[in-house]
Order: sequence, then C-alpha cells, then structure tokens
Amino acid sequence: MAESVPKQITYCGVCSLPPEYCEFGGTVKKCEDWLKEHHPSLHGKLYSQEAIEQNLSTLSLEAQKRAEKDSQKKAAKAAASEARAQEQRDNSKVLIKRIERNKRKYVTAVQGLEAFGLDIKKVAKDFGKKFATGSSVTKIPGGGEEITVQGDLSDDIYDYVVETYKDIPEDNVECIEDKKKKAAG
Amino acid sequence: MFKKDISAGSKSKVKSSAQRGIRAKILEQYPKLEEHIEEIMPKKEQLDLVKLPDRVALYTLGSTPLFFQHMDDPILPHLTIVHKYPDAFPRLRIDRGAIRFVLSGATLMAPGLTSPGGRLPNDPEDPEGRYGKEELEAGEVVVIEAEGKETACMVGVLTVGTAEMKKTKKGQACDAGHYLGDGLWGLTLG
Repeated sequence: MAESVPKQITYCGVCSLPPEYCEFGGTVKKCEDWLKEHHPSLHGKLYSQEAIEQNLSTLSLEAQKRAEKDSQKKAAKAAASEARAQEQRDNSKVLIKRIERNKRKYVTAVQGLEAFGLDIKKVAKDFGKKFATGSSVTKIPGGGEEITVQGDLSDDIYDYVVETYKDIPEDNVECIEDKKKKAAG
Repeated sequence: MFKKDISAGSKSKVKSSAQRGIRAKILEQYPKLEEHIEEIMPKKEQLDLVKLPDRVALYTLGSTPLFFQHMDDPILPHLTIVHKYPDAFPRLRIDRGAIRFVLSGATLMAPGLTSPGGRLPNDPEDPEGRYGKEELEAGEVVVIEAEGKETACMVGVLTVGTAEMKKTKKGQACDAGHYLGDGLWGLTLG
C-alpha cells in the first residue's frame, strides 16, 4: 500500500465550491468574506491584486465584458432567489393543530414544516421517537402533506419544534385547536 | 446529467460480492487508482448504493459519495474523489473563458480545449507530461481541469477522440457528466 496522503481541499463555506471557483458562483462577495475569516492565507493568495490582474489578462477585452455581464446576471439571480427563499420562510407558518378524535382522545397534526427545508418523513419519525407515540405523514385534502401524531401533544411539539429547529422563528409556530369535524357525517 | 437539484432515492447495502465486482471494475477503468483504492473503499467497509433520478446509481461509503454510474455506462468518480487523488485520472484542461460555461452545465466544446489556454494529451506546451502522452479515445472518462486553477471542475466522457479534436477543433468534445455546483455536488446524504 502506497502511503500517499489524499490531497486535502478546503471548500468554501458559502457556496461549497473550492475557493478558486467562488468567482463563478453568484455570491463572490460573501465567499470572499468567508475565506478571509476562515482561511486568511488562502484569501491572500486568491484575492491579491496580482492574481486578479493575471486572471483578467488572459481574456480578450470583449470576452471580459461578456464574462462580467454574465457574472453580474448570475449574482443578481442568486440574490433574488435568496431573497425569495427568505421571504417565503418569513411568510410561512408552522401550524400545530389539536384535533379531537373521540371525546377525550386527540391527535395532533403539524403542517408547514416542509417550507423550512425539513424532510417531513424524517421529522415524523423523530416525533414518534421523542414522544413514544405513533407518528405518520398523511395527505391532506387540499393537497400537500402533514404529520399526524397520536395523542394530545400540541404543547410538547411546540416546545420541541422551537427547541430543535433553530431555523424556525418562534413567532411562526402557532398552536390551534380544531373542534371535531365529525359532524360532517 | 445533474443540472437540476436532485434528491436521493432509496439507499441499500451492496452485497460483498457485488462490492468486489465494483472494485475490480473501478481498478480496471482507472489503473492508477490502485494504490489509493484501499483508502477510498476499504475492503472491509460496507458500501451503500443510493438510487438517484434517471437511473443513476451512486456508491457511497457512509455519507461520502464515491462513484456514480448511469445504467451500465462507465463508472465515474465523484469530484471530491478527483480532488483528493488528482493524479489517478486522465486529465485535460480548458481555458479560462470556458469555465463559466462548464460550471453552468454546458457540454464542453472542443475550442475550450484546443485554444492556447487549454491542454490536451501530448501538448507541446506541457513538457512535464501532466496531461499525459497518450491520445485518448472517444468514450474515455476524463477529468477536466481549468486554466489557472488547481482543482478539477468537471468529470465527463469524451465524445470525440483527442487526436481528432486536435484536427477539427470544432464541435462537442465531452459530455457533461458531473461538474462543480451541480445537483450531485450539492447532494447531502443523511
């Protein structure tokens, strides 16, 4: 067995590419700041005046312009998509519903977790494990899916969601009580 | 292949006999990987097969992706493997102008390789033989590096032999398999 060590590569914490390629992503500025903070030596090498000049010199003037335009477009796109994601995040709510099933029996339904980039199947499993109850993903009539947990756990789930998923602001989590819809039948 | 973001499908364990087969196939395809194979996929470890959309199979070890394969096409390495063992694969280099196209998922065109900034095997501007001496045939797996960069940016399959590419200098050169920032790159395995 040869004792060659695998080459260690640092990846950018912002766009996940090797730092050399950050300039081709849409978040150059952020990437640069990140690199400066975490790997100052690399930052010096990649963002020095010489390096930038050398990069530019290899392209024709026209191609440079085109590349610049392209990268601007990309940056704008990235910023826009980020803003949209942020907005969606702010607007979406997690609903925790207590539904009466049979007088003193309840189930708890949790909606809207997927808007925060969570895999609801996995979360359902976690709920089941944490609270030692049945927990499943069910389809709701209006389209989409929700997590149904057996038992009245609305307060526990509220605490758990706020505690474990730091991405979700507490204001966006809401508990509501649903009176039985059984009357429909 | 992975222009859009993808999500992993079912994950299953690979039989140890199949694992041996995969290992042999990889070694046959990339003989220079021989000395590293034990580090990449130790004999004793359990490989996993993750199904991806479009009948792509991804072989992983724990949560690190190693190689992927579309049906019975050649097995391609994941870029993190390429970054770790850059010497083990046949390499080509593209000029600076082509990088942004490659990173947005375009098919690699021949001029990007034949221009002064690009490198093909047996290049007069490459005295140390970093990019190999042998001409490569169509259908071979190549790793694409970029001018002025140290790390590779793409893995793909040649559609035209390098000898012919030097003659015509036109048309598609290499199918985009896996490039930096694509869906496979962004894939996180739980």
